[in-house]
Order: sequence, then C-alpha cells, then structure tokens
Amino acid sequence: MGSEILVQVQDLKKYFFKERLFSTEKEPIRAVDGISFSIRKGETLGLVGESGCGKTTAGKAILRLIEPTSGQVFFKGKDLMSLRGEELRKLRPFMQFIFQDPYESLNPRMRVGEIVGEGLEIHGVARGKEKRERVEEVLEQVGLHPQDAFRYPHEFSGGQRQRIGIARAIALRPELIVADEPVSALDVSIQAQILNLLMDLRDRLGLTYLFISHDLRIVKHISDRIAVMYLGKIVEMASSEVLFRQPLHPYTQLLLQAIPRLDPAKREEKIFFKETFLSLEKERGCLFAPRCPHFKERCAREAPFLVDHGDEHWVACHFV
Amino acid sequence: MRHPLLEVRSLTTHFFTEDGIVRAVEDVSFEIYPGEILCLVGESGCGKSVTGLSILKLIPIPPGQIVRGEILFNGRDLLKLSEKEMEGVRGNEISMIFQEPMTSLNPVFTIGDQIMEAIQLHQKLNKRDARKKAIEMLDRVKIPSPEKRIDSYPHQLSGGMRQRAMIAMALSCQPKLLIADEPTTALDVTIQAEVLRLLREIQREMEMSVMLITHDLGVVSEVGDRVAVMYAGRIVEYGPIEDIFHEMRHPYTRGLLESIPQLEVKKTRLNAIPGQVPNPLNLPEGCKFHPRCPLRIEDCRREEPPLFEVKEGHYSRCLRWKECR
Repeated sequence: MGSEILVQVQDLKKYFFKERLFSTEKEPIRAVDGISFSIRKGETLGLVGESGCGKTTAGKAILRLIEPTSGQVFFKGKDLMSLRGEELRKLRPFMQFIFQDPYESLNPRMRVGEIVGEGLEIHGVARGKEKRERVEEVLEQVGLHPQDAFRYPHEFSGGQRQRIGIARAIALRPELIVADEPVSALDVSIQAQILNLLMDLRDRLGLTYLFISHDLRIVKHISDRIAVMYLGKIVEMASSEVLFRQPLHPYTQLLLQAIPRLDPAKREEKIFFKETFLSLEKERGCLFAPRCPHFKERCAREAPFLVDHGDEHWVACHFV
Repeated sequence: MRHPLLEVRSLTTHFFTEDGIVRAVEDVSFEIYPGEILCLVGESGCGKSVTGLSILKLIPIPPGQIVRGEILFNGRDLLKLSEKEMEGVRGNEISMIFQEPMTSLNPVFTIGDQIMEAIQLHQKLNKRDARKKAIEMLDRVKIPSPEKRIDSYPHQLSGGMRQRAMIAMALSCQPKLLIADEPTTALDVTIQAEVLRLLREIQREMEMSVMLITHDLGVVSEVGDRVAVMYAGRIVEYGPIEDIFHEMRHPYTRGLLESIPQLEVKKTRLNAIPGQVPNPLNLPEGCKFHPRCPLRIEDCRREEPPLFEVKEGHYSRCLRWKECR
C-alpha cells in the first residue's frame, strides 16, 4: 500500500427533499451530512453502519452515480464535482461499482458476455475479437468459465451472479471499486467464496476498495481502515485493528458489543441501550445523544466534530 | 426423565411442482423439551422454514404435501387433527412469528386491535379486559408507554418495535411453543441483540419452548440450548449448543462456522465451502453434502449415511464423523 491518495472526499452532502403534490417540504432528509475522508491507493476503507445511516448514498454520491448536494470528491487529483459530460465519462472506467443484489443488477435479456463486455465497447477500449478475449480473461479471473459468456444471468446461482457483477466491474481495469454490500444477499458459505475472490483481486490487480457493509465481521476482515457512520455522519474512523481493539465512540462500542460472539459460553456480557422515540432539535446537538448511555447536557446543545485523537484515530464525541 | 413437548418423527414434506418433486424436508426427526430453545439452522432452501410451517400445517396444499411422519405435541399427533381442531392449536398452544413483521401485521388496524383480536379469539375476555391484557403484553415486551403505543398503527413503529409487537401478539395466549422464523434477520445488529435478549427473558419467565429458525450461527450462539443443522432437507448434525460450536462432528457445520470471519484473528483467506448448494430438484446421490465435502470418500457417493450417535444427545450424519473435528 503506497501513501499516494487516490480518493479524497471533502464535506460531502446529499440531501433529499420530500416532494409533495403542491409543495416541497423545507426540511430535507440529510442522508449524507458532511463526510470527509481519503483512501490511499491499494487500501480498503470499510464504511459501516446500520440501515438508513447513509452509507450506500455516500458510495453512490462519491462516484457521482447520484448528484451530491454539495462537497468535493478528488479522484486521482481531479475534482469530480466540477467535471461535465465527456470529461467525467473519460474517468468512469477507472471507478466502478459493485451492487448488492446480484438478481436485480444484471439485465436478464443480455448474455453474460454482453454484460461484462458492454463497458469495453462504450468506452472504446476493445471491440470484436479483442473484446471477446478480454471478456474471457475476466471471466476466468473471477472463477467462471469462458463459455459462460454465452449464457444468461438466470442460469446462474446468486454467488455466480455476483461473480458476473464483479467481472463487469473489473473488465475496464479500474483503480477504485465501490462495493455496496456485495455479499449481503448471499448464503454464508457463498459469502466466504466471494470475500476471498474480492481480496485475491485486490492483491493481484492492485485495486482500491470502498467497501460498504452493515456486517462488522466482514468489514473487519477485509478493511485496512474503517469509518463508522450514524445518521449521515462519520462518528469514528481508525485502522480496523485499532477500531476493534479500542473503540472510542459510544455508538461504535455498542455496535461492536452487539455482534454475536459465536461462542455460547460468552453470552451474557452485553450492555444495552435504549431504542428511542425522542427527536433532537434540528441541526443542534449530537445525533447519537438520544441513544447514548453517556449523555450529558452539552450533547443536546452542540454537535461534536470529528477530531483526530492520534494515529489517525478520528472520533466525533465531546467526552472522549 | 423429561418428556418432550414436541416430538417430530420422520417428517417428510414434498412439493409437487411442474418441474418435478421438490423434497424440501426428508425424514426429519427431533424433539423440543419444555422450557428450551431449539435452533434450526441452515442456508436458504435447506428446509428449515418448511419444517416450521409443517408443524402448524401451514404448508400450501397443493403443491405441498406432508408425505410421511408424525408431529406429536403433548403426545397428540397434530397431523391427525382436523382443520377445526388445528385452529384451536395455532396461536393458542403454538404461536409463530416471521421475519418481516410488516408483512404479518395488518397495516389498517392498530397493533392494539390486532393483539386484542388474538386474545379474544382464544380466550373468553370482553373488550375491556382484552385491552388491559394487550397493554400488559406490550409492557412485557418492553415497549415504552404501552398505553399510548397500543393505538399506534404498524407503520408508526420502528422495525424493532414492530417485531416486539409481533412477539406480544404471539405470546398473548401464553403458548407452550413459539416457532420464530428468522425473527431478527430484518433488524439492525443492535436491535437484533435486544430482541434476542427479550425473547430469551420472556421464554424463561413463561417457561415456554422456542423453535428458532435461522441462517445465522451468531444468533444461534446467543440464544440456543440445542441445535439442529439442516442441509438439503435433512438434519446433518444435532446436539447441545456447546457440542455444535466446539465439538462439531459434521464437515458442513465446520464449514459454516469457518466461513464466518473471526474477530480475534486476522486471516487473509476464509475457509470457504467450495461449490454451490445443490438444486433441490436434482439432489446428488448418497450424502447430499459429498460434492462439497473435504472429507468425502467413495462410500459417501453410494449411500446416504444415517445419523450416527457421537455421544448421548449428539448426532452426525457423516460416515467419517470420527475424523471430523
């Protein structure tokens, strides 16, 4: 892993405005609310959080698959947000997305060869025989057979379909891959196969991953560093080893405690926190305060910033 | 000697489809004792949910059919009961909760209406007493301010609260057995931990038995007393929870556990089980796991192994169980 920074995200925001028939509500849903981080070349950054925390929206906004509300993303030093049309298209091959659902993300009317090779043609990388050869090569890299190019997605199981999705993503020789819950829809025994494949490809092709998942075990396994998201904000970020050894934010601590231990002897050790109906005053206070076991008066008044506590261990909490 | 509350013997449920016979559950036998949690664990299509539905005779007929077997509940064979008699069992003596509470709760009635309906259907209570009882149940599953929440509609509750409301409804008639089919799969990990703890607490208080159906060995490790591991419609390993996690004697159980990343050790590769789950219309000969098994020998191809007794109460459907550790 080099020290060269491949992706830099600065104060990225994505707000959704609820549209009604005759009015637009003023108060937006802050799906992603000012996140900043960078990913070095060859590194895997895990983005973890519970449903609705904004991790998928963040992943899509970074690649401009959806338009961010504000903020900047630098990819290989270029500001993605300022690029238009053709300029952005030229960068697309270098940054690819792997989707969660291998059933919905593959066009059922296209043969596997067309799905995997489509990007090569669109970006003018390869045509005809050259394209076919590249498709065969990529299919073999993901553990499929070259002959599979002539089959349709429905002929494959979930795990194999996810291999097709991965083949499509790597066909253009990308540098960055945003993988959004790539194994969540798969059975446990197949999850391990796909995780192994993703790690092999990373090492062999020198890929950089933004790995989005709700599953802490999986994120820990694959990531060099982990960012924990809660309600649109990053609350803690550190190397995966440090985050698991010494979680500092109360939310991270509770999240880690909630992971089933896989050891029946270690059951009754958990501390619990409350599910809540409280809502905070908007734009004020720490978003985690209503569920926080260490809640103090200051938390309701003032939102904490993400602060470096040494060794790139970033935490957003007043009382760390 | 304890007597089992539920005894399933040689349960065999098939689906007769246009493409052929799907042998969803094949010769499955197990017991559930009073006051214990038995976990049925396996991957999608292994027959765990069909087993649960078969016990309550909720299999759609056709195409499904319970071909063989006995389901003895307190000594009475449920398969011999009429539909009318079954209605007295369902929701009353045996209750069931499902993965997605939103699909099993009716969106146009308040949760109070729905819990009261269940209570009034099985117990001779007037509306006022039923409402009192419903509030009591909501309190029991730790829903805050139950006297207000009782008038909420399902969409006004969070996923975790909805699953609690489902549990309140299922338990309102004090069933002796609760069948919980992936009750926490749709929930976030922090909420899952709370719902599991709640389930365990209530199960102890009410001295109820639970059959918990899940794909997640983590959930099993948190709440189970005994475990049945299913693969391709069969129980492949069956025993006390400590044995399943620490003394497993079937290569599939071992493979499932090793597929899950460990928190304690950083390993570069996971020991994934190779291959795919077999097509239920076209199961392999002999041991159903042999095409994916690291221990397979020629004999595994020829003949389906029986359940071998590893020790009292622990069984493995593997010819080489002695070598699998």
